[in-house]
Amino acid sequence: MTNKMMNCCCKNKNCCVPKREAWITGEVETPAGKIPKIGTRLTLRDELGALKVRFAIGSNNYNVLPGLYAIGKPSLESPVFVTANYKLSVDYLRCELGGTNGWILVLDTKGINVWCAAGKGTFGTTEIVSRVQQTQLDRVVSHRKLIVPQLGAPGVSAHEVQKQCGFQVIYGPVRAEDIPEFIADNFKTTQEMRRVHFDIHDRFAVIPVELVIWFKHALGLAVLLALLSGITRSGFSFAALPRAFGLVFIGWLCGGALVPILLPWLPGRAFSVKGLWVALVLWLGLIGTGILDASSAKGIGWGLVLIAIVSFMALNFTGASTYTSMSGVKKEMKIAVPIQLLALIAGIICIVLGGLQ
Amino acid sequence: MNYLKNVATLKLNKEICIGCGKCLIVCPHEVFALCDDKANIINLDACMECGACVKNCPVNALSVKTGVGCASGILSGLLGGKEACCDKGGCCV
Repeated sequence: MTNKMMNCCCKNKNCCVPKREAWITGEVETPAGKIPKIGTRLTLRDELGALKVRFAIGSNNYNVLPGLYAIGKPSLESPVFVTANYKLSVDYLRCELGGTNGWILVLDTKGINVWCAAGKGTFGTTEIVSRVQQTQLDRVVSHRKLIVPQLGAPGVSAHEVQKQCGFQVIYGPVRAEDIPEFIADNFKTTQEMRRVHFDIHDRFAVIPVELVIWFKHALGLAVLLALLSGITRSGFSFAALPRAFGLVFIGWLCGGALVPILLPWLPGRAFSVKGLWVALVLWLGLIGTGILDASSAKGIGWGLVLIAIVSFMALNFTGASTYTSMSGVKKEMKIAVPIQLLALIAGIICIVLGGLQ
Repeated sequence: MNYLKNVATLKLNKEICIGCGKCLIVCPHEVFALCDDKANIINLDACMECGACVKNCPVNALSVKTGVGCASGILSGLLGGKEACCDKGGCCV
């Protein structure tokens, strides 16, 4: 628990009460005590917070106090929805529960979303069981069912949860937007609801984070190449500076935005190969427009550097994608990373030699 | 979209499988299908090794080497000498 989530009145931890967040709208009386009630509409502040996370601004500290929350006017029979304590996960869920009476059990996943936390095991059997016991859920509801998002399954053993705390796990849909239909259909998922996609909207959503994460690396490389490409026989030339920055950042944009957008249509299964195609087309485009000269050492050097940048960024996009396996990425990396490194070094050497000619 | 061919480490022991269909429910990529009251791996290349099926198989008929298919995570794991972990990569938000 971070101090941000608590209003500490003194050094004694027992007297700390959860901070009253704007999205907590009241309290509900239950046999297990008072449970905070949360709203189902997002405020401007929630939207702004989500936007900040999408651009990787302070996204490591966007969490909610774990525990039990009420939605609407829940009763003993109302369903219990389990989620992670990443604020966006809670927001997605509560948004879809408008008009529903239910309970939300927020697990302590250290502010990480359901799928990633499930992969690490923090969204898992042990945490569910201990959270059920800690919140005395068996006194709050009369049924013994938990609706767990399907993407939590890599961390959750449904049969173990039942054995350890008596609650049956029902896997809900992958996407929160399917929850109203899931409820209407008597808590049944369709095959479509269980399938993970990586469509154009999903890919657009991760582009800002990609670009922000890679910005400082691109900047570092741009500075290095600006300095190296400015070296000439007659001393240092500042004329090459804007060109170096421009070329590195075109590569950065292609790797961080163009590759994700075009992903399904780029030839090859390996991400580094998909990146390679984009880099080659970019290089040809730069030659065609006269920005680079294919017959000069510099023109070839920049081509190699762009291949290294775009292909490496594409390879790293495996982490943002929803369908790559670790065995596959390791196999791809063994071949791709040495080639990318070689292309970068050879490219830099060509650029320097070109300047000295 | 499928990733690389024939690399997923997912294995199913049909002898043990009781055909409960739990793996079909938790798999996010429709890797399994039920056939003659047993689970079948119908699309191994779609497997992302998340381990959901293994965790939820009540008779331990499945096995997979789980991990995150994330190059940044694997790279930082290699450089830091630890197992692949996305903590520093910033990709796990």
